[in-house]
Amino acid sequence: MESRIEQNRPAAGPGQATAQSKWRSQKFRDHLSGYLYVSPFLIVFALFTLFPVLWSMYISLFSWKLMGSKTFIGLQNYVWLFTDDPLFWKSVGNTFSMWLMGTIPQLFLALFIATLLNANLKGKRFFQVGVIVPNVTSLVAVAVVFISIFGANYGLMNYFTSEVLGFEKINWQASYWHAQIAVSVMVIWRWTGYNALIYLAALQSIPQELYEASTIDGASKFKQFLYITIPMIRPAIIFTIILSTIGGMQLFVEPLIFAGNTGGQANQVLTMVLYLYDTAFAKNSFGYASAIAWMLFVIIMLFSLFNLYLTRKINSTT
Amino acid sequence: MVVQRIGRLSAYAFLLVTVLISIFPFYWMFVIGSNTTADANRFPPVIIPGSLYMDNITNVFNNIEFFRALGNTVIVSVAITAAQLFFSSLAAFALSRLHFKGRHVLFVFIVTTLMIPQQLGIIPLYIIMQNLSLVNTLTAVILPGIVGAYGIFWMKQYMDSSVHYELIESARIDGCGNFRTYATIALPIMAPALATLGIIMFMGTWNDFLWPSIVLKDTSVHTIQIALRNLNKVYYRDIAMIMAGTFLATIPLLIVVGVFSRYFISGITAGAVKA
Repeated sequence: MESRIEQNRPAAGPGQATAQSKWRSQKFRDHLSGYLYVSPFLIVFALFTLFPVLWSMYISLFSWKLMGSKTFIGLQNYVWLFTDDPLFWKSVGNTFSMWLMGTIPQLFLALFIATLLNANLKGKRFFQVGVIVPNVTSLVAVAVVFISIFGANYGLMNYFTSEVLGFEKINWQASYWHAQIAVSVMVIWRWTGYNALIYLAALQSIPQELYEASTIDGASKFKQFLYITIPMIRPAIIFTIILSTIGGMQLFVEPLIFAGNTGGQANQVLTMVLYLYDTAFAKNSFGYASAIAWMLFVIIMLFSLFNLYLTRKINSTT
Repeated sequence: MVVQRIGRLSAYAFLLVTVLISIFPFYWMFVIGSNTTADANRFPPVIIPGSLYMDNITNVFNNIEFFRALGNTVIVSVAITAAQLFFSSLAAFALSRLHFKGRHVLFVFIVTTLMIPQQLGIIPLYIIMQNLSLVNTLTAVILPGIVGAYGIFWMKQYMDSSVHYELIESARIDGCGNFRTYATIALPIMAPALATLGIIMFMGTWNDFLWPSIVLKDTSVHTIQIALRNLNKVYYRDIAMIMAGTFLATIPLLIVVGVFSRYFISGITAGAVKA
């Protein structure tokens, strides 16, 4: 420590030896500080992520009820999951169908809004803040409001569809597809503005000359959109697809608040994470729930890889 | 000209409708929260605010410990945000500006950990907290959140492009040790990135639900999200009261975002540019 100040002084002369030792000690101290500064992350990660993750793999080999005894059963939990648990596969199907219904309209809508925001309109700032407001609301608050909008009997949606449009009343919570639509609408409402702002940033980074040159060449607006805009913002599109995949596969709070622990009486909005939550913390089956957690992980990984493959393919064809 | 003007007008109209749809649920919260549940459950439903907000919110206070839950949320959010900003920027400083063996591998490793979904280790994490007697304490929520891969990644990207080596060198010539270089040279330059990460972390923690709902069971440690959920579970029918409580719980967040919207928006768009 005493030599610290000494070492930090610039070398008095061009002396090779002093410069060398100074460089060495700086190197040493960089190593020391480097590992020290990263260590909080490594400790927290090891204790609260890595260790639990490995342990959950171990737990998944047991039949373990919170209050009961632990029995080693090998891969039996996984066998049950695959062969004897229609509810799990239903939750997988629900997760994917709500991901599709929530993501595809959302991304198209976001791109459209971004294009409008990019068109040099007045009050751009106001619109930007306006569309991002849903994203800052808590999921619980969103779900609570949408329960009231999609009320089973009385609710804004039913008033609109039955009294204004003249259709029959819809039981938004009990009916299979309608409950899924309601949950998807929550997702769309919350995330469209967020994705629009991402697309907007990408649109703004496209050099204007590209459009000017193609206008001289006689390209129509639509062709410009297809052959300039889309390829130029492809990284942003891929980014939003990856984000909404990760988010969609982990859909949880909206269905929980909307339809309860089991995702409704017919499990119409039961998602993978909701099933995991219910199995672990309502039914207290830790072993089985851990197996579900690992299946969830594998499914997310496989689907992400598939996504990556698909986006790569799109990349190389155009 | 005429066609263009119509195009512009319809663009404005579309955006205006989008913003209205975005804001409507907040208005709706207040409308229902200031009427009676009977008013909410009839055709046509009420569409203008009533005068019963105070009655409904008093009901909320009688049913859940609203301000206690709000206080808990503030404690958790502030603690995690402050810790994240410090530890993430410190680690990022090391990874970006200090030369030590394995720093590149370490950075790739840290980014890879982002792929692990939170749910994977959540059961053992609960058991760990049980063994540490931390269930039903705010520490159980704060501790795993004090530093994260996302924050480190975010800070390092910014540090790489804005804290130049020459600055570090000149600080060393002035006799600064590594920590002082971090604190007096790097941190001030990082202010915009800190603000952006801070608001993202703060809101993320404020809105977090899954882990707090598992580990905070006692009402005395509930965060506001868990309290709202309970309000919703037990008194399912009194939608006016639920909405009054939800509205009040949403106001602090709206204020924070209103004040810091610049940082929040730049945070979202920066994420896209880096992808």
